[in-house]
Amino acid sequence: MTWEVVIGLETHAQLTTGTKIFSGAATRFGASPNTQASAVDLAMPGTLPVLNKGAVERAIRFGLAVGGRIAPRSTFERKNYFYPDLPKGYQISQYVEPVVSGGIVAIVVDGKEKSVRLTRAHLEEDAGKSLHEDFHGMSGIDLNRAGTPLLEIVSEPDMRSAAEAVAYARALHSLVRWIGICDGNMQEGSFRCDANVSVRRPGEALGTRCEIKNLNSFRFLEKAIEYEVRRQVELIEDGGKVVQETRLFDPDRGETRPMRSKEDAHDYRYFPDPDLLPLEITAQWVDAVKGGMPELPAKLRANLEAKGLPPYEAHLLTESREKAEFFAQSAAASSAPPLTVAHWVNGEVSAIANDSPSGFERLPFAASAFARLQDRIHDGTISAKAAKEVLHAMAAGEGEPDAIIDKRGLRQISDAGALESAVDAVLAANPKLAEDYRAGKDKAFNALVGQVMKATQGKANPAQAGQILRRKLQR
Amino acid sequence: MTRHFLGRVASAGAALNAFITIDEDKSLAQAKAADERIARGQAGPLTGIPIAHKDLFCAKGWLTTAGSKILGNFIPPYDSHVIAQFDRAGAVILGKANMDEFAMGSSNENSHFGPVKNPWDLAAVPGGSSGGSAAAVAARIAPAAPGTDTGGSIRQPASFTGVCGIRPTYGRVSRYGIVAFASSLDQAGALGKDAHDLAILLSTMAGYDERDSTCIDRPVDDYVANLGGGVKGLRIGVPREYFTKDLAPDVAAPIRAAIDELAKLGAKVVEVSLPNQHLSVPAYYVIAPAEASSNLARYDGVRYGYRAPDYTDLRDMYRKTRAQGFGPEVKRRTLIGTYVLSHGYYDAYYVKAQKIRRLIAGDFIAAFRDCDLIAGPAAPSVAYDLGSKATDPVQMYLGDLYTIPINLAGLPGLSIPCGFGARGRPVGLQLVGNYFDEARMLRAAHAFQQATDWHAKIPKGFE
Repeated sequence: MTWEVVIGLETHAQLTTGTKIFSGAATRFGASPNTQASAVDLAMPGTLPVLNKGAVERAIRFGLAVGGRIAPRSTFERKNYFYPDLPKGYQISQYVEPVVSGGIVAIVVDGKEKSVRLTRAHLEEDAGKSLHEDFHGMSGIDLNRAGTPLLEIVSEPDMRSAAEAVAYARALHSLVRWIGICDGNMQEGSFRCDANVSVRRPGEALGTRCEIKNLNSFRFLEKAIEYEVRRQVELIEDGGKVVQETRLFDPDRGETRPMRSKEDAHDYRYFPDPDLLPLEITAQWVDAVKGGMPELPAKLRANLEAKGLPPYEAHLLTESREKAEFFAQSAAASSAPPLTVAHWVNGEVSAIANDSPSGFERLPFAASAFARLQDRIHDGTISAKAAKEVLHAMAAGEGEPDAIIDKRGLRQISDAGALESAVDAVLAANPKLAEDYRAGKDKAFNALVGQVMKATQGKANPAQAGQILRRKLQR
Repeated sequence: MTRHFLGRVASAGAALNAFITIDEDKSLAQAKAADERIARGQAGPLTGIPIAHKDLFCAKGWLTTAGSKILGNFIPPYDSHVIAQFDRAGAVILGKANMDEFAMGSSNENSHFGPVKNPWDLAAVPGGSSGGSAAAVAARIAPAAPGTDTGGSIRQPASFTGVCGIRPTYGRVSRYGIVAFASSLDQAGALGKDAHDLAILLSTMAGYDERDSTCIDRPVDDYVANLGGGVKGLRIGVPREYFTKDLAPDVAAPIRAAIDELAKLGAKVVEVSLPNQHLSVPAYYVIAPAEASSNLARYDGVRYGYRAPDYTDLRDMYRKTRAQGFGPEVKRRTLIGTYVLSHGYYDAYYVKAQKIRRLIAGDFIAAFRDCDLIAGPAAPSVAYDLGSKATDPVQMYLGDLYTIPINLAGLPGLSIPCGFGARGRPVGLQLVGNYFDEARMLRAAHAFQQATDWHAKIPKGFE
């Protein structure tokens, strides 16, 4: 019997404000421990939180981008628990009324589009870090991260496979970067996911879920969910029961481990933070934020599809704002068909971008140079294969495409006379293949084209060479 | 002047235990700077005046304990807004005044640094939690003392020690740098010998501070300039719920006499009603402990303050640090607060108490349609003997009956001396104003003091 997998994600996106959500301390990553913790972050007696307007503005941007409801009035609550890296003994979060509720994130899996519904997104502060590596024989506490603004984005349990969960996480990752509210740096913890996973027989009520905490890469997310699904299915099939608990993923072993059970769950004693007033967001504020928003990926995708690009290509092109812009500029500057340019951007150019830490943000060549390369393919100056070589040379900083083509002698032989003699020579050397072709074996034709390419060291224009061959063989 | 008061603290004040920290060198250095400022002709009314600061106000470089062992070694690297305002005015820090631990208490018996004595009778409590501040002003060992008032912590000790004390509207003075007890109720105010001094002190403290999100951005009235003008035509409301069996007769008589005096001066006395008054003590003792239980979670021995010397692991460190660092009243309120916020009890206690709070505020809003100020006692009795209520917290809580509703409503209130009750212990008249009506309250208090001399009485041995 089959099992249905049910997944919901809680994602913490660190917001790109220069200062913390409730204090003026900097949020820069990687500073020496406790150099970016003010008296407020250290929870010194009598210090008070003051809400960072920039964090709210980013939450509004997110709400607009996913089509959620932006609460005209929301509240901050205290979530009380003791932990050494939680300086106040409580975390300021939003519990009863989040700043954003509802909304949708579109994903594409196996070429199929699907909408994942969002439950809510709320503002909260991050905790510090406990450093258990030996620090004078003790554990150390670094409060630089304490008070960093987070937007916690909670999805509905709408995903039905690890692949869908990854697609959702990627789409969300792309979106928060697109609208400039999060740098998306997963290694630094700027974007991290908790996955709620359960399994059930199709049509039955939801099964008991486990929450896997702190997944800070798409690969870990996928592996952790796959492992967890296997574990739950095997457990149930062996007559056992899934226990609601929080689990941790161990990337070295590729498995999840229990962290704490529901019985050990804290009573967080949420109550409204009396140090903060309710957050009021006026329609004018929302309008002002709306005015400064970039065109959203969904809109851009629709435009691309309207121009004839298949949904999958359009989806890939809008993975990031930089990539979409690169495509738009290249396609506009080139006479090649947009679909060809799209294939190249999603293929070779993406491969180059993925190999570089700055991705599409700072490619080693300009869109205009790439557009000229596309023109050279389109006008038959070089073959697609040669174009790949030119592109990699451009990436290595060897200059403009035309100069590289000339320097490397990659120009195709399109001269009819030269090609005629090359074809004649090939036919003379391969009578068997010519005979096979005339006898109706189509494969032989490709082999003959291959021989012409080989004889010209790949420089023959394959389309032209094919025409000449066909003419000669028909005689 | 600083030398003079430091001398009085050491001599006449020795019996009172009114201070936790005295630092002559620091005070005298500030006094010297004030002298220079006076010589430059840049003095203000408080320049060079030594001020006793309740030990809840963080003062840069000064031990700030909140009356607790858990902050027994805490020296803040920053000034509270109030301290900074006095510093700007050129005032001198005379010392850090004794108080109930974390401002929890009504008798000053909950201080880790020992109880404060009432200068009118060393066997009596001075009230609390600003007990050290009130005793110091009453004994004239400090000219003035800012305090904080969460449930009556300025007005009740002012009443018990025969001095004046004002708690302004919630949000009038920044709470930044004041060790928090219950954030939605805490408000800084001042104790002084008369209404004129309160006007000067409040002018210095009040005003907007962006570091406190609950501080209100609204111009500050000129309290000193508005002192004159009298009470002619002023409608004084007397709640019919005030004069009941809860009010000791030796307090009721001077209060009635004081209201008569105000009427004689031209005020119109009207009866008003505060029907939910009796719910205020139970509501307060849910809300204040709830907030306190969370506010005091930061005292965990991790970053600053006291840490238990021996422990086996993290939980043990937390447990021992807090068990040894907090006194019994703080523990009691932390437990109550934790309980009322717990899953399954939150609605029955915390949410319900908040509803009551709105009812109480509504009572006042209705009453202020018929009057300009409300007059009554600040406390149901005169100062009681040290130790007499220390073992009965509920009795002690009930003593806050007249002050607490004002905190729940966020209103301003003041207490001024208006006579003496049994055993020659002082009685305080409470005047409650509408939101931001401090100027009118001070004007009425000033008019009363122009016509009477209760405020000029000084306890024997402290003249």
